[in-house]
Amino acid sequence: MSRLHLEDLTVVYPGTRHSDEVHALEKVSLTIPGNDFVVALGASGCGKTTLLNVLAGFIQPTSGTLLIENQPISGPGADRGVVFQKHALLPWLNVIQNTEFGLKLQGVAAQERRAVAVKYLQLVGLQEYHNFPVYQLSGGMQQRVGLARALTSDPDILLMDEPLGALDALTRETMQELILDVWRETEKMVFFITHSVEEALFMATKLIVMSPRPGRITHTYDLDFCHRFFEEKNARSIKSMPDFIAMREEVLKIIYQDEKSSGEED
Amino acid sequence: MSIINFITNPSRASFSRVFGGAPAKPGETFGVPGYGSSTVISIVTSVTLLFIWWLVTTMGWVKPFFLPSPQSIAIRTIELASTEYSGATLWQHTEWSLYRVFTAFFIAVGLAIPIGIGMGVNRVLRGIFDPPIEFYRPIPPLGYLPLTIIWLGIDDLQKIVLIALAIFAPMALAARAGVRSVSIEQIHAAYSLGANRFQILRYIVLNGAMPEILTGMRIGIGFGWTTLVAAEMVAAQEGLGHMVLTAAEFLDTEVVILGIVMIGVIAYVFDLLMRFIQHKLVPWKGKM
Repeated sequence: MSRLHLEDLTVVYPGTRHSDEVHALEKVSLTIPGNDFVVALGASGCGKTTLLNVLAGFIQPTSGTLLIENQPISGPGADRGVVFQKHALLPWLNVIQNTEFGLKLQGVAAQERRAVAVKYLQLVGLQEYHNFPVYQLSGGMQQRVGLARALTSDPDILLMDEPLGALDALTRETMQELILDVWRETEKMVFFITHSVEEALFMATKLIVMSPRPGRITHTYDLDFCHRFFEEKNARSIKSMPDFIAMREEVLKIIYQDEKSSGEED
Repeated sequence: MSIINFITNPSRASFSRVFGGAPAKPGETFGVPGYGSSTVISIVTSVTLLFIWWLVTTMGWVKPFFLPSPQSIAIRTIELASTEYSGATLWQHTEWSLYRVFTAFFIAVGLAIPIGIGMGVNRVLRGIFDPPIEFYRPIPPLGYLPLTIIWLGIDDLQKIVLIALAIFAPMALAARAGVRSVSIEQIHAAYSLGANRFQILRYIVLNGAMPEILTGMRIGIGFGWTTLVAAEMVAAQEGLGHMVLTAAEFLDTEVVILGIVMIGVIAYVFDLLMRFIQHKLVPWKGKM
């Protein structure tokens, strides 16, 4: 029994000729038993977004097994919430309408879905902004609406595709803490993509480092920096701990090596 | 100060704005092409043109046959408001034209938007409608006017169909382009929240395509007004286009210009109304 189980998952993008084929994912295997915070980290082209798209059900794997809650995936669905890099909110709806949109699609009664939306907007700290047009919010707030929206459907897994990539450094750190708090509060499994090593180490309970050409998992780490954060509530001190820095240098070395070797191929 | 000096070392604000030399003032953005409001300039231009018109006609520099004075046209307007010209008063002519253009407009809207959206979301519909629309779209309405007469006669139906055809193509293409402009992230987000295909169409595509559809409606009604005079060329008893053409036959320049101004003003007012609707319906346009 496991929450997420991948075995020999392979995705090949067809080229114009057979030799142009891109092996975005090559025999990726991964088993996550519990409510882990899984972070996928890697150089560009390592297939981490492809992996997320497969989990979300947007891409059909070429071969291999994929089970979530012991069920195979057949297309996107409300059991997997997605938070996008570009928030993907609907500008014709206000904040609370965006948040309850998923429940509306599922036919939940207006009052009931409003109550759920209120609860999750509270959780992400936007209780004051129910009737704001989403295009008037800052980037960080828009991402928080995106997070609340994904949570309202009560998914088994939250898939987050570089959700903090477009934010400034300070907002980004605040959002990291917010997402960790939401994760602890809701006890969801999270699959989180980033290319920031520090962010990955800070947030992950399970870190998977991926390498390009072909895209595959090269290293897996079990981490507990986020649990230390829950105890201490001081992100900066955790990020400056000696073992955090040692870990950071180790992972950076792997990633730089990948970037360098892929640069040589080009 | 020499000219060269003046150009290479612009000290006046308007000059630096044109050439982008000086830094922007706080609150303004540096280097935005065409920065600033043009309303005052537009009003000055309009008043100046009217004044020149008034001057050259009143001083007798241009014969009234070629260009009647603005005041004589104003007098004719008041006159034609109550007396008939070529079988109808000015308002009756206007009403007929409005009836034709707007009937055609609503028919075209009713057909073009569903068909355009259908073309955007369905490859079969796109395959069916693309060749005929793309074939007739570039043909000027005057080109297929004779054919509409042969097929539909010379009643109002023929006139409305001609105008509707002119409006239909650009609007259908706008609706189709609107579907294409919907962001794939929004569609993916809705699918991952459990939407089915119908819900994607209803909640995402229709809303997302709305800015382009409204722009298409503005462009479409413009084509409608352009086609009006052509539509009223044959066997019309009334209508602004008919009035203008009759006046031209009698070399009555005042009424020709009056008719042109009427069409221009109505089209402009309607466009202002459409812009207002656009602003109300899609305030988010260009902001996401």
